[in-house]
Amino acid sequence: MKSSFKLALGLASAITASTALSNAAHAEDLTLCWAAWDPANALVELSKDFTKETGIGMKFEFVPWTNYADRFLNELNSHGKLCDLIIGDSQWIGGAAENGHYVKLNDFFDKEKISMDDFVPATVVGYSEWPKNTPNYWALPAMGDVVGWTYRKDWFSKPELQKEFKEKYGWDLGPPATFDQLKQIAEFFQKRQIDGKTVYGASIYTERGSEGITMGAMDVLYSYGFQYENPKKPYDMESFVNSDKSVKGLEFYKALYDCCTPPGASNSYMGEGIDAFKSGQVAMHMNFAFTWPGLQKDENVGGDKIGYFVNPKGPGGDQFAQLGGQGISVVSYSDKQESALKYIKWFANKDVQAKWWSLGGYSCLNAVVKDPKFPASQPYAQTFLDSMAIVKDFWAEPSYAPLLQASQKRFHDYVVAGQGSAKDALDGLVKDWTQVFQDDGKM
Amino acid sequence: MLNRTAENVARATPEPLARKVRGISDKGLAWLFISPTILLLLAINIFPLFWAIYLSFTNYRANRPNEMVKNLGFANYQRILGDQDIWIAMQTTAHFVFWTILLQTLIGFTLAWLIDRKFRGHAFWTTLILVPMMLSPAVVGNFWRFLYEPQIGLFAYAISFVSGIPPANIQMLSNVSLAPWSIIIVDTWMWTPYVMLICLAGLRSIPEYIYEAAEVDRASNWRQFWSITLPMALPFIMLAVLFRGIENFKMFDMVNLLTGGGPGSTTEVASITLKRQAFESWRTGYSSAFAIILFVAVFGLANIYVKALNKVKQR
Repeated sequence: MKSSFKLALGLASAITASTALSNAAHAEDLTLCWAAWDPANALVELSKDFTKETGIGMKFEFVPWTNYADRFLNELNSHGKLCDLIIGDSQWIGGAAENGHYVKLNDFFDKEKISMDDFVPATVVGYSEWPKNTPNYWALPAMGDVVGWTYRKDWFSKPELQKEFKEKYGWDLGPPATFDQLKQIAEFFQKRQIDGKTVYGASIYTERGSEGITMGAMDVLYSYGFQYENPKKPYDMESFVNSDKSVKGLEFYKALYDCCTPPGASNSYMGEGIDAFKSGQVAMHMNFAFTWPGLQKDENVGGDKIGYFVNPKGPGGDQFAQLGGQGISVVSYSDKQESALKYIKWFANKDVQAKWWSLGGYSCLNAVVKDPKFPASQPYAQTFLDSMAIVKDFWAEPSYAPLLQASQKRFHDYVVAGQGSAKDALDGLVKDWTQVFQDDGKM
Repeated sequence: MLNRTAENVARATPEPLARKVRGISDKGLAWLFISPTILLLLAINIFPLFWAIYLSFTNYRANRPNEMVKNLGFANYQRILGDQDIWIAMQTTAHFVFWTILLQTLIGFTLAWLIDRKFRGHAFWTTLILVPMMLSPAVVGNFWRFLYEPQIGLFAYAISFVSGIPPANIQMLSNVSLAPWSIIIVDTWMWTPYVMLICLAGLRSIPEYIYEAAEVDRASNWRQFWSITLPMALPFIMLAVLFRGIENFKMFDMVNLLTGGGPGSTTEVASITLKRQAFESWRTGYSSAFAIILFVAVFGLANIYVKALNKVKQR
């Protein structure tokens, strides 16, 4: 009896001890929150090196793009401890900084000699700074991204199509330099039979629920002369947001949607765009650069069949592109901030950044992207570099959510549902945005 | 037997506990038993309701917990009632509620009337008709989205087969005129069986002898339908309309899955607007006020309707 009791006691102690040890081993595991997409898989792979070096385990919480903002903003607003590190969208930076969700990284950067001068300037402003253009850093640029275009190089190089196109439009079929040229190409391919299949001109962003149509329309509007506000008077939007040039830009976007998109493409964003291009439905495809590594590898449309081009110029010669991408931040509600900062330090390392690029992530480190070998490292590398040089971003104000919802509604009502005019949509947008800033006490 | 069990339970009750319980009246004991449920209801229903009423008078935003909360009085309510977009959403909701209820009642009652004939195999058909109702709205929304696809969807091909219009031109979810109907069709497909079940219960509750008496009086089938079947099944039909009306007034899942409120705002019903204001724009105070307005509207309309229903039952 005594010996059985001893045995039981021993077993119980062993189980308790092993549970405690395993808990201790996992106590320092970090959870990184991000969107569920291809670069996230690359980051999982990359982070194995961090675990090897430091012994700190990594867990990941990836949420599909359509729920990404809802899920993680809820998490931050409720001061949740799920995420130790978060790769938050560029537009969240204002709200996250002002509401104390992110740890300010200036002291840490100084201590660890991480200089923001080592990163692509547009990504520092876009992903790290709040207020913008001030040296207050809340994130390390993690994933450079920008809206650009892919096209079917194999279709563009068909001699019979080149001949027909030249006869019709008077210039050689190739990547467009202006938006007018882009529309001509899209019209040319719309409902054309290629290899026994009906194909369409272009896949563009039209999604209503999150941010899709705003990202797409802005990508065009910037090059037409749209400005968010009077450069000399912040939040003064009249005649900037709804200028004649902006109206022309929005009219162009609607015309492109009406003439040249596949049937039923009234709610398309990144995933739908990838599907349309991969299934051989469209000649051109607007999407963020993160999609390019996957498309390049695709058996049906990748390799020699795909080409890339920078967002074309507007009628006045202006050329801009919508910034995407994110910075990595330490969540201020995390109990493991020290380990999280270790991860940031490790991630900022040049070798890690080089590997990040090779795995399919888009590094923002100058040492990587300005390496002479970089443009030739991937077929899309040069287009990425050129695009990153012309980026503009949406409002990053703490009230970015209602600002975004207003533009989603106004743009979708006009572009997809055909309600009212472009001028009505932009006038309405000025009204909505003014209301938001008035509510914030900024006007 | 029962007495013996009760005695056993009483005997098994520990003495200190038994002493405590002995002094409690029947009423007290009843309160003791229902108090956990009441506390739960207070915590998850009543408290949030009063909290929402409080928030509706403030500028509170859930994504700015550190910001000072200001009392705005009735400003949120004034803004909502003067907001054209809100009225458009209410009209869209009314349109959706009207057509779904009309179609579901007509088809549901007709199906119930046919099933009540008790033809051969009626049990099999009843089960088959009930299948859509048993599916999850998430599943229904997703597979109808595929059915409606202009390029690969069976719905477009079926319409094309009948009408000769190319499937690519049948854009149910993208077309401003067709999108509201695409939701009405799916909701009718899914919930008509529910109306049918309630109507069937009504039809089966009509005593057979009334029809026999009508037969003796040589009343025609048509006369029997108008004078017996319809009036006696009416309270059941009205009940089905009430349930479906309340459900469809707050319809969210199907619209969200099929169109997300689009194209533009053509299918943006009140619940979608409410969700956007509350969880996308983070106007918590404003959206609370909107939720209270919706609650009062549904509660008021349902009360008027229930009074009418009671009158019909008393006839």
